[in-house]
Formats: sequence, structure tokens, C-alpha cells
Amino acid sequence: MSIRTRLSAALLSALLPGFAAAQDVHGQGVSRDETPGSAQHADGHALADGPDDQAAAANPAGTETHRRQAHAPVQRTGHDHSQMDHSQMDHSQMDHSQMDHSQMDHSQMDHSQMDHGRATLPRTPIPVLTDADRAAAVAPAHLHAMGDNAINHSLLLDRLETWDAAPGTGNAWEAQGWIGTDLDRLWVRSMGERTGGRLASADVELLYGRSVSRWWDVVAGLRHDTAPGPAQDWLALGVMGLAPYRFEVQATVYLGKAGQAEARLEAEYDVLLTNRLILQPAVELSLQARDDARRGVASGISTAEAGLRLRYEFKRRFAPYVGIVHERSFGRTAELREVAGERARQTRWVAGVRVWF
Amino acid sequence: MSFPFTGRAEGAPVHAARRRFMQGLAAGGVLAGLGGWPRHGWALATAHAPGVLAGTEFDLRIGTSPVDFTGKPRTAVTVNGSLPAPLLRWREGSTVNLRVSNALPPGSVHGTTTSLHWHGIVLPANMDGVPGLSFDGIGPGQTYQYRFDVRQGGTYWYHSHSGFQEQAGLYGPLIIDPAEPEPFSYQRDYVVLLSDWTDLDPAALFARLKKMSDFDNYAQRTVGDFVRDARRDGLRATLQDRAAWGQMRMTPTDLSDVNANTYTYLLNGTTTLGNWTGLFKHGERVRLRLINGSSMTHFDVRIPGLKMSVVAADGQYVHPVTVDELRIATAETFDVIVTPSGQDAFTVFAQDLGRTGYVAGTLATREGLRAPVPAVDARPILSMADMGHGGMSDGAMGHGAMDHAAMGHAGMGHGDAASADGTAAANAHAMHGAHQAMGSTSQGMQTHPESERGNPLVDMQTMSPTPKLDDPGIGLRGNGRDVLSYARLRSLFEDPDGREPGREIELHLTGHMEKFAWSFDGLKFVDAKPLRLNYGERLRIVLVNDTMMTHPIHLHGMWSDLEDAQGEFMVRKHTVDMPPGTRRSYRVRADALGSWAYHCHLLYHMEAGMMRQVQVVE
Repeated sequence: MSIRTRLSAALLSALLPGFAAAQDVHGQGVSRDETPGSAQHADGHALADGPDDQAAAANPAGTETHRRQAHAPVQRTGHDHSQMDHSQMDHSQMDHSQMDHSQMDHSQMDHSQMDHGRATLPRTPIPVLTDADRAAAVAPAHLHAMGDNAINHSLLLDRLETWDAAPGTGNAWEAQGWIGTDLDRLWVRSMGERTGGRLASADVELLYGRSVSRWWDVVAGLRHDTAPGPAQDWLALGVMGLAPYRFEVQATVYLGKAGQAEARLEAEYDVLLTNRLILQPAVELSLQARDDARRGVASGISTAEAGLRLRYEFKRRFAPYVGIVHERSFGRTAELREVAGERARQTRWVAGVRVWF
Repeated sequence: MSFPFTGRAEGAPVHAARRRFMQGLAAGGVLAGLGGWPRHGWALATAHAPGVLAGTEFDLRIGTSPVDFTGKPRTAVTVNGSLPAPLLRWREGSTVNLRVSNALPPGSVHGTTTSLHWHGIVLPANMDGVPGLSFDGIGPGQTYQYRFDVRQGGTYWYHSHSGFQEQAGLYGPLIIDPAEPEPFSYQRDYVVLLSDWTDLDPAALFARLKKMSDFDNYAQRTVGDFVRDARRDGLRATLQDRAAWGQMRMTPTDLSDVNANTYTYLLNGTTTLGNWTGLFKHGERVRLRLINGSSMTHFDVRIPGLKMSVVAADGQYVHPVTVDELRIATAETFDVIVTPSGQDAFTVFAQDLGRTGYVAGTLATREGLRAPVPAVDARPILSMADMGHGGMSDGAMGHGAMDHAAMGHAGMGHGDAASADGTAAANAHAMHGAHQAMGSTSQGMQTHPESERGNPLVDMQTMSPTPKLDDPGIGLRGNGRDVLSYARLRSLFEDPDGREPGREIELHLTGHMEKFAWSFDGLKFVDAKPLRLNYGERLRIVLVNDTMMTHPIHLHGMWSDLEDAQGEFMVRKHTVDMPPGTRRSYRVRADALGSWAYHCHLLYHMEAGMMRQVQVVE
């Protein structure tokens, strides 16, 4: 937050160069930021219009320059001086020694485009402030309350599905939720699978996520596995976000206590057949840094899963689906699985529901 | 009398043929318990019509009332039990006293404190009604006394500035009779207050937008659209178009965040079914005071069969301009004069910008008549040019609904081959505007504040925005009707201040669609410092829209004197609409000491952070 505050301060001063200049004018009578021409005008109205007009005729190209000068809100070139009260002027703060007129080049000035009638006093006078005005302008103690940094949350059960395929029935889930602000969020992710009446895999992750760019959040936290094998914990570090062409992507690296490491890559995409009938291709890839017999995986690419799910959004929040999922394991992971009586490849039809809250 | 309905409509109401859910299943309004709802005629020609409070002394009680607009009873926030809030009628030159009391029930989902803000009214800062900026708000059981001099005339409105109470019904018309005679005449005078109602708790709607910002977009491009476009424009062009949007991770059908899939639109607090009716006699001049009191909806308003003469914008007189249709942004007001004759009923038709729904009322010679209600227009699709992206693919240009002449290709011509199609030549006028708009950039490419760089809350930046003042707007180009644009609005008076702006503040409208985060220059309200103006100065505010959405920007306390493409004073407004891809400027005279709100008037954009505090200091 402090970085952002500094940003806004820098931004403000970058945006408002004239603001500083205007303050100088009020404070010191003559500002160095003021252009030579207007300084002259302010300083006793030394210049008549005549000579300027002659200069203008010689130099029509100077118009733009002058028009872009910062015009501080002081009375400068008014033809009607009857409103001026010089008795209120305090010149004691003026330091003429700082003025350097040697750089002034009046030949570049073009006053021919100046409209002295409108560039001076406002047509509608600015009301003189009273104490009542000042009293009415005192801001309240408590700042305006808004929802721009409010805590929001979301929970998506992306997959809650079941199947009946060899070697038996099974079901699986994949869910993720967040709670937090636009930039800082606490994420919960969980996925798992039951086959043949026993828990084949299950994990839950608790992550802190921070938005680091337009489309990407960095996440870091813990993952806890209850299956396969004995329960174990991992450190998790990853990114999640929206890749070009609106692919939803998650990539995470996990470090286990015993020095094992895993990487998971997930991507999914919504193909709109209609605005309610949506085909979702998805791929998941697991890589292992080394063999982990307890989990039945070997180093290298261990498993991959590709799914194609067709859902119908009866409501945005409720969409049943059917799909086909192909799962396979590779290399020695496949061998380990076959030894354990599992198939290295499996294709199954699934049916499920996608809901969010 | 060729009109088909007039023959059989003797006293028998003829309901609209298309009675969709979104148009309201109930006539709506506050449930009075006596059968029927108190429908406000709001005919101002008669002195004290029902629902009208006039004078200088007002007692306004903010509470909740049961309402039913969709067939489901809900609780609205109301003033004196009325939705919309009572019409307040003031007189320029008077001093008004408004005692506003908070009678919200304890534990209301709409909050415990409340407030009323007088939109577009020039007044002391502590009378402006923004909690946390003007005052502390009105606590439970408290009464706040607003008292100030009325120094302007015209059509305005008022609404809550607390939480989401405005969405829940806390808005009403505010009419100020001018001290001097008006420069036009009329025999009838009606308020036409448009608004959007949801059965959802507005806070739940906000939370929903945070979870899924495109919840209401059921018009996204599908595989079928791809096949159609590929056949029409060629596969390559279609792929290029999809790639351009895909790389941005955006969708060109994203026209509005909340639409009729959520909202029921209301006209003077009643649904289309309720058929608000304004009576006229043939040949009479009827003044309609159009007010957009919605939370999130731009309405496109027309009265088939009638020309509308626009005589005032945001309460301020303009040179009359005659149009068939106008887009009214949230919080804007337009006064139009129509002269109905030749048929006994005319439909006042207001469809939303996203083309998802409408609300209709009737001008008729007697109660119970109804004219045909037109179909909602075809839904437009945003082009890259709409968003100020010069590099437009051919695919994006292929859409039949587009009017290429009005697309503002002026921003193109950066060496992109797509601009070599000859359209640029037809846009000399727009080109001129573009030249002016890009005054501060040497290459014609828009520069952006440093705070937007790498900012996770900024998902897009426009490349070459233009003022587009003569553009009727997305979905209104080439529709065969004469549509109002800002370029056609000229104040009836010269620049009331007259000074050239002493300095320029450029602010970018920024956002992130997926996060539903909105901001200025990538900084949300909570993260931004106040903008400081010096009392008495004249400055120029330049707005650049870096988003896909259309944002009506409202500065409290001071006028926004909109400039034309040449930087000259054009029209005085309190709310300046900013379509995507635009760069527009206005002059501000900082003659109001104190802290003021400055924000997008789309309620959920403001609440998400698209707001700044403006401090006018001595």
C-alpha cells in the first residue's frame, strides 16, 4: 500500500505542474515559473500592447507557445483596473535579484491572438470568501466509506463428477475459493478422487495470492495430501491467471519435506457453443523431480489428464455437465501403477455438476 | 387516425405484446394496500400534484417500504414512503430548508446511516450530502437540516450517497423554477424519470460482480458467430479479429456490466406494464424532463412518430436541437419539447445501451391508451476503433450494424494497412478533432500516467483516443434516426467564466473487468490523494477513457463546462459521459470551497473505487 501511496503522490505532482506554479505566484508575487511575458505584465504592467502587436506581426508562429503558457489565476492583463486595490499589495517578499531578464526574447511573442477581454477577470466574479464559507467547507472527521477495498469471496466447485468405468466406479472433485481484496487474496484449492470405494488421492492447498500484473497472481502456501500414501505436507509456489486468448492457467511447484518436488500445470478454456452450452477442454500435467514410491510416482512426467466437458448453465451458478476424460501415466510411473494393479491409461465418461457461490 | 390501437382502445388498456420477465411482471410501485399503486403523473402544469412537494420548507423521511415490480415482494428505500422519492419543486432565488430524517429500521440491509445529495446543485460543501466529504451522514433517528440558497433553475434530481441506497430506490426528481422566464413555451410539463430496479440486495449484486463481472453478458460470441463471421468476412479476417480480442482477453460484447438480465427498468417508478401515461391535447407543446436516475444504465430514448426538441441539458439551457433519439447517461438530464398530434397515443421508449431490455410509457390523449412498443434494437459489437485502438483488423470492421462513417477512424493512420480502405478520407472532420485532442502527444499516440504501468488494476489502455463528440454512440450509428450527440449541444449562454484555463489536469478512467475494479489513473479512491484546486482558478480537466465501458463522470459542487474539439466552451454540464476510446475535456471554475466528490456515476464503478476527492482550497 505504501508504494501505491507514493505512486499517487508522484503522479499528482507530475500531473499538476501548474499547481506548484500557481502557489508560487500567490506566495511570492512573482514566480520564476511564470513566463517572461506574463511576468512583465504582472510587474507593474510595463508593456503596452502596441509593441507586442508589432512583434506579433513579425512572428505569427509564436501563437501556440504563448497560448500554452500556464496562466496563474492572478489579474495580469486586465484593461479594467478599477477593481484593483494596490494598497493591499505587499512587495516586501519580492526578490528582484533572482530575476534574470537577459534570456527574454520578445521577438518570439505573438500577442495578436490574445483575447484580453476573456483571459483576465472572469465574467462572473469569483465570490469573496466569508467565514461562513470557510465553516461550511470543513470536512467531517470520518472519510467517505467505500467498498473499493472491501473483502470479497468466491467458492467454485469446478468439478463434482462421477463415473462408472473399469476398474470400477469413482468420483472426483476439484474446487477453489478465495477471500480477500482485488490484489491480496487467500486461496483454498482442493482436488481428489475416489475409486472403488477408497480415496485414491486428495489434497488441499492454502495459499496467499498477490496480483502482480494485469492477468497474473503469484501464490504461495501449503499443500496437504491425505492420499495416496501416508499424509504429507508440501510448500507450494505458483502462478495463476488468464493467459492470452482467455486460457485459465495454473502452474505450481511443490516441495516436500523429504526433498521431493512436484510440478503441476493446469489449463482450461471455455468454448461457447451458445451462451449457456459451454464446452470446456482442460489439461493437467504432473511432473516429479524424483521417485516417490509411497505415492506411486517416478521422476519425469508422471501423469497427464485431458478432459472435455460439456456443461449447460441453467443458471450461471449451476451447470450440470457430461464429459470424457482420458488419463494416463508415463514411464516408470506407469510401471509402478501396473504393478499396483492400476491401469496406465484410462478413458472414462463422466457426469457432474459445476456450481459456485 | 390510421393508428391501429386507437379504435378499440376505448378505456380498455392494451398491453404490450411482448411481456417479458425483465419488463416487469407487476405494474410495480410501493404497495399501498388499497389495490393499485400510487402512480405519479408528475404533471407539473397543475400546482400541487400528488407526489410533488413545492415551496421552501420540506420534511423528508427516509425509511423502507414494501414494493413489488416483478411479482416478488421486496423492500425498497424510500422518501416519505414513495419510490421514486417525491418530486421537489424549488424556486431560483429562494432559500430552501430540508429536514431529512433517518427512519431506516435497525438492521436494514441498506445500512443504518443515510444521506441525500442534490445532484448538479451549486451549494456550500456541507450541504452536498456526501458522507465523509460533506458531513457525517444522517445517523439512525437523526435529522439533518439542509439549508441553502437556490442559485440556479432547471431539471435535476436527488439521491442517496450512502452505500447502495440509490439502487434500492432512494432517488427523486428535483425541479427548480427559474427566476427569469424560460426561452421556450409549452402547455404540459412532465417528468420522465428512468431507473433500474433489482430484486437482489444491491450489496449482493456488487459481490456478484466481484466474483463474475460478466454474469449478465448472455450475448458473448459463440462458435456459431465464428462460423457466420468466417463465411462473411473470410476465415483469416475472423481469426485475426478473434485473436485481437483474445490477446486482450476481452470480449467485444461487453457493453454494460448489469443489464436487463438483472434489472427491471422503471419509468417514473412503474414498469412497462404499469404504463405511465402523460396526457396531451393534439397540437399542444409537451415538455418532458428526462432524468436518468438509474444506478448502472444508459438509456436510449425516443418517441416513435415525434421529433424531440432538446432545450436543456443537465438543467442548463441549450440552443434547441431537434432529434429523433438521444442517449441519456446515468445522472444526466435532458429537457425536450414534443408536439404530439395526428394520433392519440405515442410510446415513450427507453432501451438500455446493451440492448437487453426497455421500459415504455405513453403520451396519450386519455388514460388507458397504448401505442405500439418497438422491438429492442440489434445488439452492437464493440470494435477496436470504439476503444481507441487504431490497429483495427478487417474482421472487426465487417459487422453489418456498424456505421463506418461515424467510427472515428481518425485515430488510425499509424502505418496500419487496415486504414487504407478509404474510410479515413471521409473523416476529415473527425480527423480535425483528433488533431486537437492529441495536442499533448507528439506521435498521435496517447501517453499514460506512470501509475498505470504494470498496475494489476489496469487491464487496458487506449492507444489513440479522440473526443468523438459528434459520434451518436455505440449502437446508435446509422440506425436511420437522427440521434443527439454532444457536438450538437450548445449552451444558450457564452462561457460564464470566460477565462482560459490556467492549467490542465489529465485523468484516465481505468479498470479491470475480471476483478471488477475501477479507478482513476489506476488508483482507487482508497489509494489516491485528493485533487487540490485553488479557490477561484479556472482549469481544464482532460479525461481519457482507458476502459471498454462508458462512464458518466460527475464533479460535485462545480460545473463541468464541456469543450468542443477545438478546446472552446461548448455546453455546461454536471455529468460528462465518456464512451470507450474517448478523450474529452472540460473547464472547471473552482469557485466552491471545500471537499467534493468526483466520480463515475455508475454506482458499482464508484463503489469499486472510480472516485476521487476534490479539495478546493484557498
